[in-house]
Amino acid sequence: MPHISLNNLSISYGNHKVLHEVSVDIPDSQITVIIGPSGCGKTTLLKSLNRLLDLNDDVSVKGNVLIDGVNTYDPKADVLSLRKKLGFLSQRPYPLPMSIYDNIAFGPKVHRLTQEQIVQQIRDLEGRSFQVPERKNGAMDVLVESYLRLAGLWDEVKDRLRTPASRLSIGQQQRLALARALAVEPEAILADEPTSALDPLSAQLIEKQFKFLRNNYTIVVVTHILRQARRIADYVIFLYLGELVEHGPAESFFKSPKDERTRAYISGEIS
Amino acid sequence: MRSRRLEEQIFKGLMIASLTLVLVVLAGIIFITIYKGAPALTLSMLTETPKGGYYLGKEGGIANAIVGSLYLGLGASFCALLLSVPVAFGLQKEYTGWRFASFTKLVLDVLWGIPSIVYGAFGFVVMAYFGLRASLLGGIIVLTLLMLPIMVRSMEEVIRTIPLELKEVSYALGTTRIETTMAVVLRQALPGMVTAVLLAFGRGIGDAASILFTAGYTDYIPRSLFDPVASLPLAVFFQIGTPIPEVQERAYASALILLLIVFVVSIVSRILSHRFSKHIVR
Repeated sequence: MPHISLNNLSISYGNHKVLHEVSVDIPDSQITVIIGPSGCGKTTLLKSLNRLLDLNDDVSVKGNVLIDGVNTYDPKADVLSLRKKLGFLSQRPYPLPMSIYDNIAFGPKVHRLTQEQIVQQIRDLEGRSFQVPERKNGAMDVLVESYLRLAGLWDEVKDRLRTPASRLSIGQQQRLALARALAVEPEAILADEPTSALDPLSAQLIEKQFKFLRNNYTIVVVTHILRQARRIADYVIFLYLGELVEHGPAESFFKSPKDERTRAYISGEIS
Repeated sequence: MRSRRLEEQIFKGLMIASLTLVLVVLAGIIFITIYKGAPALTLSMLTETPKGGYYLGKEGGIANAIVGSLYLGLGASFCALLLSVPVAFGLQKEYTGWRFASFTKLVLDVLWGIPSIVYGAFGFVVMAYFGLRASLLGGIIVLTLLMLPIMVRSMEEVIRTIPLELKEVSYALGTTRIETTMAVVLRQALPGMVTAVLLAFGRGIGDAASILFTAGYTDYIPRSLFDPVASLPLAVFFQIGTPIPEVQERAYASALILLLIVFVVSIVSRILSHRFSKHIVR
């Protein structure tokens, strides 16, 4: 059973229907790209997975989203641990108003990890044992370094961990957001047009990082850039005007689309 | 094309004229206060309490009013801060429905506009009911009420401008509302909240009418919360009303001291605000 699966999911804002009966399984340990033109419900779909939609007024959700077999929209569902399972990258990176170091340490601290749990987490991540430095917060220091390395940011920030995260470049901020999301040990990464605010080189670094992480994490990326989808997708979901038109492995999706609208979208006839 | 350029010129002229008017009036107030007050401002004015003939132009000072105003202003700011922070956060949509929140904001706006003498009269009635006399405590309570709407509304505005996306990334890590509020929203809002406190402090320490009946006036520095207390605005009021020119000069000196206190507090809060904005995400 896949980590994430959607059943007959319909979402509307007030009277405006945004998503119409979407059912799809998101394959594990792959990069799933949700494509489609602007305003067709891609971001809504993404945010419905970790219930960030709850922050908006007047949203109604029908159908269900199963995360590891648990219905997210069950009133008894534990939203906090559910969100912890799904790391999130926003369109424009938002560092938390604290230092680079604290941005990474924030999640583990909020979840009140003990020293032993931190050590265990690093072991699981690095796949080897290591020496905890004998200083205050020694284990947390190692954890912060590990995740900054995993996000490909360590070498650029190792000398200024205590400076405000807001001083990083926007591309670095997005990789910091990635490291911050990974530090709470999610199973999946949800990214909402993660490169749209970035310059091409920073965007490339993020894409590279996604490809690097796909073996261990389920990655869902929303994008309206078709070329980006071609570059990184293992699996593609195509939304058009709130409707799930077609989904399938990237190769067959791009080579032999079944639906006329998919073909038109890929060839650039419609946008 | 020419008319559009003319329009641009007219509006630019209007802005410059208004700005000049505002600056001239402000500079005038400060100039008059310094011009009339500075000669009377002596060390004994700052360090001594009024002696027997003070109000006839003889020796003594207004240390009683300086200390009293600081007690009142700082005490009330502290109390108002304790109450305002939870209220300002509580009015956000994570915690309160918009109907109740906008009703509360309307009430606060009305309270903001109520003349301070009404607060004073209200405080006086309540204190009379409980058999209390004018005291430091009474003054602090009434000033707290006077400051509350200012603080809450200003803080609430600051907090509301924090982008939803910032909260989203925090919630996405699995934080609770209170964790996001305390660790993320509060930090981001802190510089603006300092300004809110300053705004309220300025209004509170300069207000005379609300504490006229509730704090009273005395020539002594209060020893407890239940003693009456003097204040700078009332010191200005009483001294300027006398026919003796020396005493009138002292009124301006008292006003100058009040001005300086507000000035110093503004500088300190600027520095604090700047320090707190180090981590802010723009």
